[in-house]
Amino acid sequence: MSDERLSVFKTYKLYVGGKFPRSESGRVYEVTDSKGQWLANAPLSSRKDARDAVVAARKAFGTWSGATAYNRGQILYRIAEMLEGRRDQFVREVADAEGLSKSKAAAQVAATIDRWVWYAGWTDKIAQVVGGGNPVAGPFFNLSTPEPTGVVAVLAPQESSFLGLVSVVAPVIATGNTAVVVASEKAPLPALCLGEVLATSDLPGGVVNVLSGRTAEIAAPLAAHQDVNAIDLAGADDVLAKELEIAAADNLKRVLRPQPVDYTATPGIERLTAFLETKTVWHPTGSLGASGSSY
Amino acid sequence: MPTSAPAAAHALTDVASSDSTLRRFLHGLPGVDTVGLEARAAALGTRSIKTTAKAYAIDLAISMVDLTTLEGADTPGKVRALGTKAVHPDPTDRTTPTTAAVCVYPDMVAVAKEAVAGSGVKVASVATAFPAGRVALDVKLADVREAVAAGADEIDMVIDRGAFLAGRYMKVYDEIVAVKEACGAARLKVIFETGELSTYDNIRRASWLGMLAGADFIKTSTGKVAVNATPANTLLMLEAVRDFRAQTGIQVGVKPAGGIRTSKDAVKFLVLVNETAGEDWLDNHWFRFGASSLLNDLLMQRQKLATGRYSGPDYVTVD
Repeated sequence: MSDERLSVFKTYKLYVGGKFPRSESGRVYEVTDSKGQWLANAPLSSRKDARDAVVAARKAFGTWSGATAYNRGQILYRIAEMLEGRRDQFVREVADAEGLSKSKAAAQVAATIDRWVWYAGWTDKIAQVVGGGNPVAGPFFNLSTPEPTGVVAVLAPQESSFLGLVSVVAPVIATGNTAVVVASEKAPLPALCLGEVLATSDLPGGVVNVLSGRTAEIAAPLAAHQDVNAIDLAGADDVLAKELEIAAADNLKRVLRPQPVDYTATPGIERLTAFLETKTVWHPTGSLGASGSSY
Repeated sequence: MPTSAPAAAHALTDVASSDSTLRRFLHGLPGVDTVGLEARAAALGTRSIKTTAKAYAIDLAISMVDLTTLEGADTPGKVRALGTKAVHPDPTDRTTPTTAAVCVYPDMVAVAKEAVAGSGVKVASVATAFPAGRVALDVKLADVREAVAAGADEIDMVIDRGAFLAGRYMKVYDEIVAVKEACGAARLKVIFETGELSTYDNIRRASWLGMLAGADFIKTSTGKVAVNATPANTLLMLEAVRDFRAQTGIQVGVKPAGGIRTSKDAVKFLVLVNETAGEDWLDNHWFRFGASSLLNDLLMQRQKLATGRYSGPDYVTVD
């Protein structure tokens, strides 16, 4: 009797609306490691997959943006817990995808999990930092609160397949947006695996949707889509970014332009605030009465 | 018991001369091959309709929509808004065809009539104690007369499913005949509530019963129960109208209602119509969609075809 086992290959699939569909087009493309060795076939998404993902993200937006910030924080922390449990798998994925040594990949994964935790902590604190009571000359309360922008298309960074990915996705959903994520074209496998983690982390289906394929092909319909409210161009090169910005202008999408980022550094709150709108309300206090206070 | 015969004389006139002949006829209809029917409906649903054919299908589907609001909370304002939408489904693109009709409760007919005046959009009214239909015939007829007097062009009646399921076909027949008479010039759509008829055989019998009694349209359902229009039950009804015309020369329309929400579904139904009943039915005089949310999806698809970008719910009305 031989000890040889038949290999059990994994079919990588998209993550859309809490489910794991294949691409609507039925297409796949070969994903290789940094040395050109075949790793797996990943779905090659079409514009219809992008459309379906937007529908799923829009559907999820009401619940997710309506959840309390505290609850969102707990769910984000739960994602970090789940990642921790699958650390070894991600170390392997990242090492293959980026050609890193095992120890360097392990450091990346650790940093990624820490990043989730970091953003999980921000969900119920961002409002205090960027919102607040405004002093006005009149008998009113005037309050500004940050509100999520809506459905955000995220082009994940091409080079940093996992740390970079999480660094752009986590801030988008932390504030209550929902995301359609286009994974790194060359190294989509960590992103597709992240979908499996999200599916088991109490995150409602549709809050994050992960597509793999040709970035330019999927990004074009997303940038032009009238039901996408913002787009993060982190994973677009200069030529593509310009085209997408023009398409995005049509319905006045909020656009975050690509910029050089050191994903290992503490990120700051720029990516949190990039996809927030400020809502300001005037609240009459009513008659102040003789005592100067209505209370 | 005397029964009134339908207006037109045809090969099947004698079928309804008595309870027993009617029963014999309806039970003599061939049984429905459930597996075959569902497979055929599913197979026709896989047709790929793209580009210009899709544009044609979407415009045709828009022109076939009976834009419906049947809620306890309907107000004159809501009905007026619906009427305006029926006349100008997409205010940003005046080449969009109007819908076929608006469909409301009898007390809203006058309001709807005013809202669509001069546009060619018809006003349909449900009547006969919609959706249950469980009142005395007098009350049903009064309901119909009120709607017709208020100006309804079309009446959507519900059959007495209790009587039908109990096998009292003549009672159902007589009711349809009486309602048809009360309709006068208004076209009569007969709703079977297919979701409550349990079997495909019953749906086939109900279809024939309705057509024999003089229905101008046969309609799947009220939209108020769990199972509404499905491709399979609509296919079955389309076969019935096709066969009925072959035997009698009388053409009857079909209206699937309820549960059709996407353009894709609507196009599948149009394929069923074309492949089963034929091109003669591809017209809003003979085929309708009873729907409300369907129209928004059709409009979004239409905008997509016109502009090349995906549209979103922000660009159609909320209703």
